[in-house]
Amino acid sequence: MADIFICILKRDLRLAFRRWSELATPLIFFVIIASLFPLAASPDEAQLRSTGAAVLWMSALLSSLLALDGLFRADAEDGSMEQLILGPAPLGLVVLAKIVAHWSVSGVPLLVLAPVLALSFYLPLTALPGLVAALALATPTLSVLAAIGAALTVSLRAGGTIIGLLILPLTGPVLIFGTRATELAALGEPLAGPLYLLAALAVLSVSLGPVITAAAVRTALE
Amino acid sequence: MSAVPIRSRLWRAFHQLGSPPYVYRLAGRLAPWLGTMSCVLLAVGAFWGLVLAPPDYLQGDSFRIIYIHVPSAYLSMGGYVLMAVAAAIGYIWRMKLAHGVAVCVAPLGAWFTALALITGGIWGKPTWGTYWEWGDARLMFELLLLFLFIGYMVLRMSFDERDKADRVSALLAVVGVVNVPIIHYSVEWWTTLHQGPTLIREGGPSITMDMLIPLLIMLAGFSLFFGWLLCKRLQGEILRRESRTRWVRNLAAEAAA
Repeated sequence: MADIFICILKRDLRLAFRRWSELATPLIFFVIIASLFPLAASPDEAQLRSTGAAVLWMSALLSSLLALDGLFRADAEDGSMEQLILGPAPLGLVVLAKIVAHWSVSGVPLLVLAPVLALSFYLPLTALPGLVAALALATPTLSVLAAIGAALTVSLRAGGTIIGLLILPLTGPVLIFGTRATELAALGEPLAGPLYLLAALAVLSVSLGPVITAAAVRTALE
Repeated sequence: MSAVPIRSRLWRAFHQLGSPPYVYRLAGRLAPWLGTMSCVLLAVGAFWGLVLAPPDYLQGDSFRIIYIHVPSAYLSMGGYVLMAVAAAIGYIWRMKLAHGVAVCVAPLGAWFTALALITGGIWGKPTWGTYWEWGDARLMFELLLLFLFIGYMVLRMSFDERDKADRVSALLAVVGVVNVPIIHYSVEWWTTLHQGPTLIREGGPSITMDMLIPLLIMLAGFSLFFGWLLCKRLQGEILRRESRTRWVRNLAAEAAA
């Protein structure tokens, strides 16, 4: 069981690093969105400090959607997804391995990039650990949600445009608690409350999400 | 009276609900009753609520929109749960009619969600001083519910095969159900602008009888109205799905004759 998990994790990571342009696109997208924001709104320091956290969270949300569009598509098109469905391993485990692989190449770099952008938005240095902790707890949930969206639309040609419509309405709680944690961190107040809630959401989505995703993949390809 | 015949009767009822001609006729028989009852209840409730009920000591007459707002908000959430349960039944037991029910509920639920948002805005202007408040959790999640209904319908439309559309969109409907308890408890978790629960709360409803009775009548009237529309839509959906079968052809021949 664990062998299959590790095997698929390694395979997906290797594939991701061989196509590094696909890997980098969502991250560059994240940086571009965040840096265009001061142009669209105002480069005013006070305003950036108050809205910077929100911009970071929205950019993270959009780039995580972008990153997961192709999660199952390549495998579905070349037939390897069908082999995985027919194989002996539970499909939920296979899907979880793919989500973990994708999270580690899309979510983890976000944790590195976000503090840099946060500093440029004049967020205080002391707020950075809170921001990173909140993002670390929130990105798994976002990845699972995006995986569900990717699985639902895997058999559609124009899948990418619909994923946002399906999944963004479900990201409300993550966004609420994530920005709340970041605000509290910026004010230097204790932020355990929203972090616990983010952790609860992560546990819920990581435990139930793969089951739903597996069902969706199987249904879409049957 | 042993337990076995009752159980077998229940099973028979369950299997009959999977038969399109049976459900088509059942919906046809129920529709006029639901329609008449809902019209009567809505007329009585509206007259009672808009004319007879006393004005609110704080909000004056503007509170009377409660008689539209609360039933539509309740049906928006109830509609979503109904859609998700029907879709889940359809997915688990591969019951095509249950998917048909989910398909019929989706636009109704979306309209009642829109109605709840619009009436809420109209009510909000005189009482809160604003049509819309971005900071209020209940308003936000009700809006997200509307997007979930729309997402469900868009996802269905993007499939060519009805069978696949049924099964894939059912999963989305089930996932989206997490939103419903969030809406219900949002006024307790985040105390912002929207008022707390009035009807379903500890210590009974916090509303006077003169106002409560017409509200309950309106709730019943709206529910029956929803049921009436659902029956009519379901008949249409069954005919669309079964258009190649003999019984629908016979029906069409009868109607033409």
